[in-house]
Amino acid sequence: MSFVSYLINGISLGSVYAIIALGYTMVYGIAKMLNFAHGDIIMMGAYVIFIVVSMMGMPALVGVLAAIVVCTLLGVLIERVAYKPLRGASPLAVLITAIGVSYLLQNVALLLFGANTKAFTSVVGVPALRLAEGQLVISGETIVTILSCIVIMIVLTTFIKKSKAGQAMLAVSEDKGAATLMGINVNKTIALTFAIGSALAAVAGALLCSAYPSLTPYTGAMPGIKAFVAAVFGGIGSIPGAMIGGILLGVIENLSKAYISSQLSDAIVFSVLIVVLLVKPTGILGKKINEKV
Amino acid sequence: MKTKAGNKNWGSNAITYGMVILAYAVMQAMVMSGNISSLMKGLLVPLCMYVILAVSLNLTVGILGELSLGHAGFMCVGAFSSAVFSKCMEGVIPNTMISFLIALVIGALAAAICGILIGIPVLRLRGDYLAIVTLAFGEIIKNIMNAIYLGLDSKGLHFSLKNAAALNLEEGGQVIIKGAQGITGTPKVSSFTIGVVLVLLTLFIIINLTNSRTGRAIMSIRDNRIAAESVGINITKYKLLAFTVSAALAGVAGVLYSHNVSSLTALPKNFGYNMSIMILVFVVLGGIGNIRGSVIAAVVLTLLPELLRGLNNYRMLIYAIVLIAMMIFNSSPKAIALRSQIADNWKKKHSREKKEA
Repeated sequence: MSFVSYLINGISLGSVYAIIALGYTMVYGIAKMLNFAHGDIIMMGAYVIFIVVSMMGMPALVGVLAAIVVCTLLGVLIERVAYKPLRGASPLAVLITAIGVSYLLQNVALLLFGANTKAFTSVVGVPALRLAEGQLVISGETIVTILSCIVIMIVLTTFIKKSKAGQAMLAVSEDKGAATLMGINVNKTIALTFAIGSALAAVAGALLCSAYPSLTPYTGAMPGIKAFVAAVFGGIGSIPGAMIGGILLGVIENLSKAYISSQLSDAIVFSVLIVVLLVKPTGILGKKINEKV
Repeated sequence: MKTKAGNKNWGSNAITYGMVILAYAVMQAMVMSGNISSLMKGLLVPLCMYVILAVSLNLTVGILGELSLGHAGFMCVGAFSSAVFSKCMEGVIPNTMISFLIALVIGALAAAICGILIGIPVLRLRGDYLAIVTLAFGEIIKNIMNAIYLGLDSKGLHFSLKNAAALNLEEGGQVIIKGAQGITGTPKVSSFTIGVVLVLLTLFIIINLTNSRTGRAIMSIRDNRIAAESVGINITKYKLLAFTVSAALAGVAGVLYSHNVSSLTALPKNFGYNMSIMILVFVVLGGIGNIRGSVIAAVVLTLLPELLRGLNNYRMLIYAIVLIAMMIFNSSPKAIALRSQIADNWKKKHSREKKEA
């Protein structure tokens, strides 16, 4: 029974990784950049919920909606101010800028909210599910996390396949120049991608901090990096890939915590990345792109 | 023509070395005359450490053109391997200086081996992937160092991942690495003089490497990988070489660090991702690819917050903003166009004035 419970918790953690990884993979697919600050947007979202729900006493749903709005605006603002001027610059410059933005968000949070850990109240009001005569308890957070992950996945896939904006995103990720010639506004499409990714980050922040209720300015950094590992694992640029990679990574992390060593679980997760890149650098569902001269 | 370029290089290098020696002389004079606060005195060795780290990271970022976010990881390897050696040899080698020199070599070698091990698979990747894998490597190293227990008795070294009791040490054996508590009681051998000598050695290695045939091959990979490959440059070999040298020098900085602190623990603060970013900030602010810039940036950015205590809370915030602003100013296509336009205008004006005169 304990194995099943570890597995379910792993899937729940993996669902959070998957939601974060979606943000990474979409931005990477379209802007061809690793948005290092993505993890810190999660942290910002969690702080917004903390302020609205715990300090102002508003209902949880209002908090989550406020976080989504703030994170979306923040994501678009970051793209506009920091990343847009560097379009066409060397990848190294873009990457260092993204690290700078991540550093900036962490330190802004540090100044605004202080370094001490905040106790985050769960935004989930669903009661825990008891199965097999109380031997297997699935918490409300776990159920909501897994369900929201599935819903987000379905909505996002439909959006990209059916809507005009989604098709524009696909076109930009294939070939920016050709997309421009077809009359697609590349700048707007990239901004939209950042907006969607950041909104997803807010949802991930709410779910992550509900399951692990301690909030510091560095809360988002490690899940952010792990979600990137998940995105690479599943094949970067692929939405189902981010999902599969995220859930697999969550399960690996939780099982290694339970059966190998809780201290070494991070090391094991990161070793997965190195092994994946060695054996199949394009990830599970990724496509190979040859570099042309 | 060739000699002229050589002379220019030589002059520029002499300035770099001279600067370090001058700074050393001034600091040493201040220490001798007692004109220095104890706080500043405590900063002298870390200062040398930061300079070595910044200069060695500049080899990877500036000369090789790949972003490594695991520099603190290599430093961690160097620090722990040398501290274990020094603890084991305490009392066996009577002269602390000789023992420290061997520790230095061991630290550099251990970091270099890690550099090769991580470099062989990773250097096939580029850009973002390389950055994230080096970051992952740094975290793995930190994690492992926090979980390891290592003991020494007459039978040799014992190793465990559980706890100190699982080492099964004999009577009189000592635990060297106590898991998350790390290593305590490493001999404090590092001094400012040793630090400066190591800084000069690092500068000597990096500057000579950069100005050699090998260095030019490395830079050609940075500028155009495909073109470099097509003229027969062995990409993997030169990338690995630069990466390994950079790692080994980070190991040297680690040795300096571990022999300066009374207890060595792998915390996020000293060997974590934030440390790697901090070194990157030094490199970027000093100028990517500019060795002398890295030295100046590391010194100024380490000393400045200590001198301006009031700004300490805003220090990281300012670093972050300056980092972003520098990158946009230096690399944005629009900013580059704007700068070259200003330079052209200035040149035109200048030549016109010359004609009129």
